[in-house]
Amino acid sequence: MNLYEKIPNNVNLSENKRLQRALEKWQPNYIKWWNEAGPAKFETNDIYLRTAISVDSKGWANFDHVKMPDYRWGIFLSPPEQDRTVGFGDHMGDKAWQEVPGEYRNMLRRIIVTQGDTEPASVEQQRKLSETAPSLYDCRNLFQVNVEEGRHLWAMVYLLHGYFGRDGREEAEEMLERRSGDMDKPRILSTFNEPIEDWLSFFMFTTFTDRDGKYQLLALAESGFDPLSRTTRFMLTEEAHHMFVGETGVGRVIQRACEMMKEDPNEDVRAQGGVDLPTIQKYLNFWFSSSVDLFGGEISSNAADYFASGLKGRDKEEKYEDHLALDGTYSMDVINGGKLDTKSVPMRNAMNEILRDAYIADNQKAVDRWNKTVKKQGVDFTFTLPNRRFNRKVGLYSGLHFDLDGNPITDLEFNARRFDWLPSDDDGVYLRRIQQAVFERGKIANWIAPPARGINGQEFDFEYVKA
Amino acid sequence: MATTTKQDLPVESFETHPDRYTHWKLDIEGDVALLTMDIQEDRPFRPGYELKLNSYDLGVDIELHDAVRRLRFEHPEVRCVVVTGAKDRVFCSGANIHMLGMSSHGFKVNFCKFTNETRVGIEASSGESGQRYLAALNGACAGGGYELALACDEIMLVEDSNSTVSLPEVPLLGVLPGTGGLTRLVDKRMVRRDLADLFCTTAEGVKGKRAKRWNLVDHVVSRSRFEEAYKRRAAELAAASPARAAKGVEWTPLQKAVEEDRIEYSSVTLTIDRKNRRGTLVVQGPVGDQPETPEAIRAQGADWWPFRAFRELDDALLHLRFNEPEIGLILLRTEGDPAAVLAADKTLQENAGDWFVDEVRMFIARTLRRVDLTARSFYALIEPGSCFSGTLFELALSADRSYMLDDPDNPVEIAVSKMNAGAYLMTHGLSRLNVRFLGEPGKTEELLQEARAYDPQDAEEAGLVTVVADDIDYEDEVRVAIEERASLSPDSLTGMEASLRFPGPENCDSKIFARLTAWQNWIFQRPNAVGERGALTLYGQPERPSFDYRRT
Repeated sequence: MNLYEKIPNNVNLSENKRLQRALEKWQPNYIKWWNEAGPAKFETNDIYLRTAISVDSKGWANFDHVKMPDYRWGIFLSPPEQDRTVGFGDHMGDKAWQEVPGEYRNMLRRIIVTQGDTEPASVEQQRKLSETAPSLYDCRNLFQVNVEEGRHLWAMVYLLHGYFGRDGREEAEEMLERRSGDMDKPRILSTFNEPIEDWLSFFMFTTFTDRDGKYQLLALAESGFDPLSRTTRFMLTEEAHHMFVGETGVGRVIQRACEMMKEDPNEDVRAQGGVDLPTIQKYLNFWFSSSVDLFGGEISSNAADYFASGLKGRDKEEKYEDHLALDGTYSMDVINGGKLDTKSVPMRNAMNEILRDAYIADNQKAVDRWNKTVKKQGVDFTFTLPNRRFNRKVGLYSGLHFDLDGNPITDLEFNARRFDWLPSDDDGVYLRRIQQAVFERGKIANWIAPPARGINGQEFDFEYVKA
Repeated sequence: MATTTKQDLPVESFETHPDRYTHWKLDIEGDVALLTMDIQEDRPFRPGYELKLNSYDLGVDIELHDAVRRLRFEHPEVRCVVVTGAKDRVFCSGANIHMLGMSSHGFKVNFCKFTNETRVGIEASSGESGQRYLAALNGACAGGGYELALACDEIMLVEDSNSTVSLPEVPLLGVLPGTGGLTRLVDKRMVRRDLADLFCTTAEGVKGKRAKRWNLVDHVVSRSRFEEAYKRRAAELAAASPARAAKGVEWTPLQKAVEEDRIEYSSVTLTIDRKNRRGTLVVQGPVGDQPETPEAIRAQGADWWPFRAFRELDDALLHLRFNEPEIGLILLRTEGDPAAVLAADKTLQENAGDWFVDEVRMFIARTLRRVDLTARSFYALIEPGSCFSGTLFELALSADRSYMLDDPDNPVEIAVSKMNAGAYLMTHGLSRLNVRFLGEPGKTEELLQEARAYDPQDAEEAGLVTVVADDIDYEDEVRVAIEERASLSPDSLTGMEASLRFPGPENCDSKIFARLTAWQNWIFQRPNAVGERGALTLYGQPERPSFDYRRT
């Protein structure tokens, strides 16, 4: 069987010489990258993974035990929409582009490379986590997330290979050369250079950072460049699973903490080797604020250009009334002489913020579900999302300090409370100490509750990862 | 967009001091200076925009200008200057676009001209004084940022698979790189012209190895080794440049009294006649005993007449350019004893080779080039009591015309000295005498062989002045010439003067200024850039530009 037959796809790979030539060179380097930077020490294990072999309802979720380096990373686009037109911006109503428009080539490449770079980055960030997995179930979920991030890289590389010629091939190579956290070859966005060394961070990352991914993909799914739109629409189904892993993961840590609170006369969770609720809140604060940064500057000419040119829209563009967004304004909170003020910004320049609004609202739902878990346990504690201005490194609010409610505060005030709000090194040391690996079927680490149900209708004690 | 309604803020001062820099940091360690750009985004030159991502405006460039020229005088021991940035992942993103959008056409042109003079000044520091420049690009470098790097001897770019060099003016802004970028690419770095075409139309630029392969940069170095690498290279460049002097001469603040229509310096006076849209610059020759030895000259330092007078003239020119846009004609006068100027010339000539005297000579040359490049008409008025001799005769040579009074009762002379030979070359590399007599080979040599004074008849005979008139005609002749000039289109005068002032071959520097004057300033006026739907107008706005696609 040749290479093309092994790669599940619906892009007619066996006929596409351009794609074949590009992949022939890229695929071995990808496998090399996976072995170097992918999950450590599990190359030979059989993992119960879901593989997409087609885009229909039967084909997209095939479960079987496979070795990760043999995983069939595929190339899938959502089925084409007949006579699709550009749904927003200056080209509204024009036929959607099936080839890259020359005038937007560089802009599009930048968008695809920036999105694509995050996919391998997260695999690298999570590389060491498998060594401390709390259960086979969790270990499998981590690997599922990892192989799907790998597939998302394939999806973006498909676009680069298929539509951007030599430049695209070079960019695809470079995505395998950059490394998360490497000073000389860092990943493009700084959030993706933060190491993830504990499972609480992993669950927070998959809740908050992967949800950024969801919103970026939603915005790109609207793109007038049809191959990008169709590619990202298919990726969204997989991204949803990552958020499920994150949200239920955090929920299970919370549930275990509540159980421990009730078991201990002093409600001391750490005394029993669990993760106390205030620590969970601090990790929430960190990963939320770091993920909020990923949407970019509040007032952005790039965002305006992307929208105007029909390359990147808003999440579910059809829910908005005005798809030109030329006359509207957005009332932006700005800092003026150390005080909060509002400023009217042209709608197109506020596109990052509009996407951020939708993202924050979506996160609130996840937090509400966690609070339900707390309440069900009869514990008096409420998780909250920090204000979007808190702890920012990008945009209008970076370089300034705000409290959790978004009020401006001084450096001194911030530093005095920093570790009430954000994880300290000691918190990280503690989390790494309690997370001992559990690789026994049906067993789970002390600090986290088992899941309500297993994967694909299997029991929790199923052999998700074979020794 | 009605460019005429845009109000520019007057420039209070073109002088500053490292102690007062807002946007730069100057550190000197032995024979290497580190010039670090750390632009404060909330400190723009005028309100209305933010200096994001190390983007610069006039305030930033006034500091750079100060650092470049100050280093030559105060720190002759410095043999290499490293220009780098303090921001994470970005070196410099060029001139601030919002600032350009808010500025009048005249301000934009003068801003570009001033920044160009500073970039050319960087190359002069290296070529004339052996102060090598190394651009250490610690991150992305776009537009004017890359043009600043192009003015340096060598460019080192960090290689992190992100950092690019770029000239995005054409694809993003619908204008041209305004600081010599295009010319330096193909003329100085000799980047292949087709690759330059690719480069200049790719907004995101070129990074790493390809940037090196195309000769857009000289070195690419990984982030972890970057600081060590540029320090080592700076040390090598410094070591290869012969030492000059251990101790410099202080660049002291200028003394001036400013009134509404008058600026009075110690040896220069500028008066403005607003009603008639003309100004008068009077330069006074040296008065009293003048130092003759390097030691005595050094002791006077910044007070030494040639240095002081031309610094004052330089300042007055910048003031005229930025703050007096309606003053279209400048009358150049001198006052003093011609013999005293010639004595100063003798000192300047005989002490050539002394580093400070050389620096002063080169400073005078730069100031005279600033005259040539000023888009105002200049008439030199050679009248009794004047001292257009030698170095000061260069002023008459740089003028578009000169008028000399021929009145036996009130004699007046001009004089040629050895300093007119080649000490003060024009931008395109010729002396003003050579340019004047381009059609008479051998004439310049002849004049210089017997450097002497000329009375009006002699001067006219020798072709050293434009118009000689006797006491009956002179006043009216000058009045009519002034009034006529004031009535002509300022635009056509600018173009005409720039075309007539520089006969002879071009070089890289002169191309830079010529192309700025012609192409960039044309494009800066065109609707495709600054019209309602122009690219520059709409940059950062929600709408995209729409062009008139007809080409000439």
